[in-house]
This record gives sequence, structure tokens and C-alpha cells, in this order.
Amino acid sequence: MDALRPEGVREPLAVAAQLPPPVRRIEVAEAPTVVPPPAAGNGHAPVATGTAPRLKQLPRAATTPVERMRTEELSIAYGLKLAVNEVSLNVRQGEVLALIGPSGCGKTTLLRSLNRLVELTPAATRGGRILLDGEDVDGYDVTWLRRRVGMLFQQPNPFPMSIFDNVAYGLRERGSKKPSKRELEPAVTEALHRAGLFEEVKDNLDHPALALSGGQQQRLCIARSLAVRPEVLLLDEPCSALDPISTQTIEETIVALRSEIAIVIVTHNLQQAQRVADHVAFMYLGDLIEYGEAEQVFRSPVAERTREYVSGGFG
Amino acid sequence: MSTHAQTRPAPGLWERIRGNESWSIGDRIGVGLAWGAGLLLCAIAAAIVLYMLVRGLQYLSFSDVFSHPLPGLGETGGGFLDPILGTFVVAMLGTVIAGPLGVSIAVWLTEYARPAWLARAVESGVEIVAGTPSIVLAIFGLIVFQQSFFSFLSPTGEGATPLGRSFIVAGAMMSLIALPLVVGATREALHSIPRHVREASYALGKDRASTIRRVLLPASRRGIGTGVTLGMGRIIGDTAIVFILLGATLRFEPNGGLPGWDLLTGNGSTLTTYVFHNSPAGEGGQPEKAYAAAFVLLAIVLALNFAVDMITRGRGKSWTH
Amino acid sequence: MTKAAPAEGQPGDRTDQRTELVLGALSAAVLLLIAFMIVFVFTKAWPSFSHNGLAWFGGGGNVDEQLTNIFNSPADPGDYVYTLHAWPLLYSTALITGGAVLIGTALSLLSAMFIVEFAPPWLAKVLQPVIRLLAAVPSVIYGLIALLVLVPFVGNDLISGDEKESVQFVIQLDGTGLIVGVLVLTVMISPIMIAIVTDALRSVPRGWTEGAAALGVNRFRALRTVGLRAARPAIVAAAVLATARALGEAIMLSMVSGSHAFAPNPLDGVTFFFEPALTFAAAIVDHADELSVTPSGQTIYAFAAVLLISSAFLSFAGWVARRSMRKYTLAAR
Repeated sequence: MDALRPEGVREPLAVAAQLPPPVRRIEVAEAPTVVPPPAAGNGHAPVATGTAPRLKQLPRAATTPVERMRTEELSIAYGLKLAVNEVSLNVRQGEVLALIGPSGCGKTTLLRSLNRLVELTPAATRGGRILLDGEDVDGYDVTWLRRRVGMLFQQPNPFPMSIFDNVAYGLRERGSKKPSKRELEPAVTEALHRAGLFEEVKDNLDHPALALSGGQQQRLCIARSLAVRPEVLLLDEPCSALDPISTQTIEETIVALRSEIAIVIVTHNLQQAQRVADHVAFMYLGDLIEYGEAEQVFRSPVAERTREYVSGGFG
Repeated sequence: MSTHAQTRPAPGLWERIRGNESWSIGDRIGVGLAWGAGLLLCAIAAAIVLYMLVRGLQYLSFSDVFSHPLPGLGETGGGFLDPILGTFVVAMLGTVIAGPLGVSIAVWLTEYARPAWLARAVESGVEIVAGTPSIVLAIFGLIVFQQSFFSFLSPTGEGATPLGRSFIVAGAMMSLIALPLVVGATREALHSIPRHVREASYALGKDRASTIRRVLLPASRRGIGTGVTLGMGRIIGDTAIVFILLGATLRFEPNGGLPGWDLLTGNGSTLTTYVFHNSPAGEGGQPEKAYAAAFVLLAIVLALNFAVDMITRGRGKSWTH
Repeated sequence: MTKAAPAEGQPGDRTDQRTELVLGALSAAVLLLIAFMIVFVFTKAWPSFSHNGLAWFGGGGNVDEQLTNIFNSPADPGDYVYTLHAWPLLYSTALITGGAVLIGTALSLLSAMFIVEFAPPWLAKVLQPVIRLLAAVPSVIYGLIALLVLVPFVGNDLISGDEKESVQFVIQLDGTGLIVGVLVLTVMISPIMIAIVTDALRSVPRGWTEGAAALGVNRFRALRTVGLRAARPAIVAAAVLATARALGEAIMLSMVSGSHAFAPNPLDGVTFFFEPALTFAAAIVDHADELSVTPSGQTIYAFAAVLLISSAFLSFAGWVARRSMRKYTLAAR
């Protein structure tokens, strides 16, 4: 607004100020076409028959799930407001657990408690237990815990450094002696491969990470998290800011990673949950309403509220 | 997607990383140093404040504030009424010049700014003034006001060359110190007024000048007040300009016969030069008076800063509701 | 973003034009004044430079003596003495300014990190006004306290008799000198830097701080590697501001850093820290009463000219440094 900016086109307001105020008219060409309701026996069959279509899951290898993390009666409150109410869940290596539910249901809070990131919020308090491989996470040094339980955020957040430095960050900034670049190269390369980004950036590892596209940045963040070899990976709506192609690539990566890493993904997008999840937990206003295999929760949910949500009754 | 599995980690690197604690020695030292720095800061601030408080109250007496310094330099006794008034005069002069001038420049830069090269030059000019040491501004003042053109502004010594030193001269150069602060604060205040306010005024048929006068300037009052108060604080605290541009006398020395004008074109001192003079660095040799005057000076400056805080704190009203 | 503008051809246009003219003229007048200032200072300073050439910046001789000789020049303009080798002043200015900025930057970065991350909340809240207080204290008060407390302490308790003897034929070691000057100057310039850096650290995007935390990096490391890195432009700006302030500090240094134009000699060992040093700004204050004598005045204006050039150079250097950091900051900036 500073008059030092170069003058652009003459302000339309100046012209408009001389004309009578415009009246908006909405052109209605003809009666809008109305789709007749389906007659009984037409269209889709009701849910509870045996010929319902299969979930559109992404193709995946078979695995034997192993329990890595468990929450027992986990409750989290921000001040006086209860965000998560006595939730008990299992997180298994070999499967993808999707946390679904409408906004404000506590799924992100639950996710962030798994790597104790909730502690960064001043007013947060926690009740119940979280166990990693049978050990209470409160007994752990928190940075140690976060090495084993990694996290990916909704907005890609690559550091203002080169691509190589970003991926190597977790490996460098731990311990007294800095590993040399030569020592780090294999680990960085491997992480980039696993994130599916290596082919695109292999010649530009020293370029600033912020110059990448949104999808590439998010995959860079995946590589960054993978470089420290986590055992559990938490994903907070990782594709919500991305285009469909990047989303597809990342979803395929997630499914491929699940055999080695336990994956928990919070998502708003029910179709995405159908594509990637093996197990699904539906939360509503802090309570865990339903937890079960993806097939069961989406096609024949037990709770009424789940049924309303997955059929799009509310969001 | 890739087929790389989580392979066996390369030996060496992984052991080093897994086996380390999360806080290395370097990190611990760093945190210790950070704590040290923070506590040192508190200690220094406390020391300065407490010391000034103790010494000031120890040596300050009511009579000091209301009596005049003794005419001869190097004598003991006397008070600092003249320096206090001198500070007041210089601050008033400086602010009275810098205030309107600064607001005018800020308004021109924000609302008009044509031609563009001139606007950029003015902007740079103000920045140059902001970055110039006050001692250099003092020297410059001397050069300018010793020209015979300005002889009416200061006492004229023998040989008909103007002395170039007087309250007006000092006040004028002081205004240059406050000017960047006023310009900056006013520009910020004007910038923070959203576009739709201006557009609404223009749409009602008001031209730019009256929009500025009736709408924008009243809305920027808080910012302007902040800038002016900050400028006043800096003026009151400055010694270099007064040292050079206000002759070597502790008491008021009027110049000529016109009441009022003789004071302004005369010489005197301010609290800052009084403190300087009475410290071991000057000839005064009265450290007690120096402490007392310094206490008063510090109190005034802190009060002004507190006033700025009060002004900016009440920033509750916002433009969007 | 186009400028909001009133419709043209309205009544009152002429007031608008007149206002624009008046305001523009005022701004241009101030600009002119500033330009004149620069020109005048250089004009007055020129004889001193022209008579000495590049040797002006060189060494050789005792600056105090040279200045006295200049002051005592014969009255005939043709016989004015200008000889000056100002190296001790240049050197002292660099030492004191550089020392204060280096120590100050380290102190400010650490303090800022403390305030933003490690201080208990009540302490962080208290430190805000404390820093503003330190920034507001007039320089003459810093000088007063230093002169009445620090200098006697250094002069009597820190400098040994032997040290005083070792240099007594050249200078007096009385406590005023390099170390007191640098320390007090550091305290004077730190508050500005701390305020700027704290602001910058607080505005580091949450994504980066959370990202670093989620990778299992401890708070200090995260702050050092991501926070300070993101704040680099602000740190540079703060350092430039602080250097400008340090360069221009005249009164406090003239009180406290010793009034001899001496070049402290690091080979003197510990005594190096106690030797007097005079910066250009302090030299102007110390010799201000010589301004009436023409050649002395011109020499002093030469000092002012050097200060002006340094300030300009500083601003330019800061601008260049900040531009080169752009590529690593977020694109929106």
C-alpha cells in the first residue's frame, strides 16, 4: 500500500465511483434438470448383501503384524477440555492403522501423543499409558523416543538447507562427533530411495530443499524421517496439501514401507483411508467409537455413528 | 516406491549414532553458556539500576533540583536547576521540529511518493541520518550555523563570526536524531491502516489531502505518539550534540535583550553535559552532583520509555471485526 | 498491489496538489540538507587529507603531539601544519568496535537463545523490559558508572605496579583503557541485538521447530541448527546496527577508554588490555575545543568524514549480506 510500489492499472474503483452501483442479476436459463430418485430395485443394492464391491485398497504384500506400540486408557486434555478420552489402541508393524473422524475428534492429538510431541503445547496434560515394545514411553528420554517414533506433518516442512543436509539432519545432529559427508552418503541415498525421491534429485543433492515442489518436499520429509531408521512412523494428513499424483506416489510408498515400519496415518479423506489402511480406528469427540479391520469398518460398521460417518452423513 | 528394504546398517555410523546420548558435551556447554548469558544480563541490569538508585538517593537533595549551578567552573556546590530546564528546552525544540517534519515526510512517502526516484532518495536519506553518529551531526551543525547567514541564531563573538552554538542550534540538530524515529513509527502506523479504509474515503468523494487529515492521521495517533516519545527519549539522553553545540557554561546565558528569544539563542547546559562535566572526565570534580543529576536524568528517560510502553500496550482496537 | 487513489477531476484537487507539493518539498528539503551535510563535511575535511595523502592512514609519530602541533600552527594560512598519521586512531577504532561487536554478538545470541528456549516463563517475561531499560540508559550514565566504579577497580586492583612501570615512559596506566572501553561498549550495544534476535527466533516457523523436535534432536541443537539458521538475516542486521552504534559512540568512550591516541600493542601481554585507546568519535570529543583553530578544525572534520564513510560502507555491507541469504529463506520473503 506504500505509494512507493509502481503504479498499476488505474484503480477500477475510480471508474466505478462515477457509475451507478451495479445490480447483480443471476441468469436462470431454464429449470434445472432433476435426477429422478431411483425406483426400488434400481441402482445400487443396499449395504447388507453379499455382493457389495470390494474396498479400493492399494495392492500390497502380505505381512504378519507384530505389535510395536500400545495405548492404554490414554486421555489427553488441553487445560480443562478433554481432547482424547481413554483410548486404547494397538499399533502394529506390518500394517497401516488409519485414524479417521471429523475435525476436532482428537485423532491428531492422539497421534501427537505417540511421540510425545503433545508436550510442546504448554497446557496439555496426559493420563493413561503409552507403551513402546512393552516399555512405558515416559521412562524414555524424549529425544530417544522420537528417534524410534518418527512423524510427518501436514504441511511439508523441509529445513532451509540443501536436500542432502535435510536428509542427513537427523543423523548429524545427534552425538558429539559429526559424521563426515562420505559416511552419510549411503544412508542418505538409501533413505531417498525408500521415499521414492532419489531418481528425481540424485543430481541436485546440494540444491536448496525449498526449491522442490510440494509433493517432492513431502517425500523429502519422508526421506528425512526414514534416515534415522524409525520403528514407527506417524503421518498427520500427509497428503492433504498435495496434488493427486504426489498423493498416489506417497500412498504407494506408505504401503510399501509398512512391512518394516509400523505406520499410523491420520486422514480426513475416507477414500485415502480405504486405499491405504489395514486397520481403522474411528474417533468422535475424543472417544474411540470403533476399531477394526478396514474391510469391516467401511463395509459393515458396528456403531451407528461410524455408519453415518463412512457413508458421508456428516463430516 | 522402491524395493530397498531396511538393510543392515553400515557399521560404525550406526553404532555411533545409536550409542550416543541425546545431549552431547558441546550441547551441555552451550546450554550452560546460554544460562550464563541470561543471568549475566540480569545481573548487569540489576547492578546498574540499583547502583544508580543507591547513589542517586544518597546524593540527591531537594535543593539541588531547584538551585542554580555556581557560576565558576570547578567550584563545589550549587544545584542543577539550569541543566534540568536546559534539557527541557532542547527536548521541546527538537520534538517541535522533528514531529511535524517527520510526520510530513512519512505521509509523503506513504501516500504520494512521486516521482519514485525522489521517494527512494528521501528514504535513503532518512536512513543515512539514522545511521549517522550524533557526534558527526553535531559537527555538521557547527559548520552550518557558523555561517554568517545564521548569525541571528547564536551569539556572535568578536570578529563577527557567529559562535554557532545555542539552544536553537542544538535543538535543530537534535531534531535530526528524533526524525528517523518519528518517520519510521508514522510510516508503520500508516501502513497498518488497511486499504479499504482509504478506498471508503475516496469512494465518498474525499480527496487525498482531506483523507489524510481527517482519517489517516487521527488513526495513526498512537504510532505517531510512540515515535515522538521515542525521539524525545533519545534527545534527552544524547550528550554529544549538546556538548558541541551548547557552549561551555552550566548556567543559562541569554543572548541579547528579547525575552524568550534571548534564552533560545543563548547558551546553557543540559543534564547530560552537567553529568559529563561533573564526572572525573570533565573539570567539575563533583561526583556527588554527577550522581544526583544522573539519577534525575535516568528517571526522566525511564519514565518516557514507560510512557511508550503504555501507548503501545493499548493497541486493543483492531481494524477487522 | 495498486495504490488506492481518489477519483480525479473532483473539487479539492488543487488542495491535493498543493499538499503534495508542500509535503514533497519538505521531504526534498530534508534530503538536500542531508546531502549538504555530507558535502560540507568532506569539503572541510579535504585539506587534511590532501596535505597528508595516504599517509593520513599510516603510522609514525605520536598522534597527540601531531594534533598539538596542528593546533599551534602559525596564523598564516600558508603555514598551517597538517601532518597527521592517524593509524593509532584507526587501529583503536577497529579494536574497540570490533571487540565490542564480537563479544556482543556472542553474548546476544546466547541471551536470545536463553530467553526463547531455556528461561523459565516468569524470567523471560521479566527480561523483556530489562532489555529495553538497558537500551534506554544514556551513554553518559554508562560512562559515569564505569568511570567511578570500574576504572578505579581496574586501575588499583587489576593493574600491577610493575605493569605501570613498564610503560610509564610512554603512557600512564590509570584504569581507563581498552578493556573497560570494550566491556562497557559491549553492554551498550547488546540490548538492541538481543531484541532483534529474540524476535527473529520467536518467528521461526513452527513447522521447522516441530520438525526438528520430531526427528529426535534436543532443544539446544534444534535451536542452534535450525533456529539460528533461519534467523541469519536478522542476526546480520542486528550486527550491522550494533556496529554502527559502536562506531558512533563518542561520549562514553572519551570518558573511559583513555585519552591518549595510542595504539595498544598486543605484544605487551596483559598490559595490552589496559593501554589507552582512542577512537575517531572519542577523538572528536576530546579535541572539540580545538575546533576554532582552522587546521585543527579541518583535521577534526576529517575524523568525522572517516566516520561517515564507515557508516555508509556498513549499511551497504549489511544490505549485500542480507540479499545473499535470500535463497535459503522461504520463497514468500
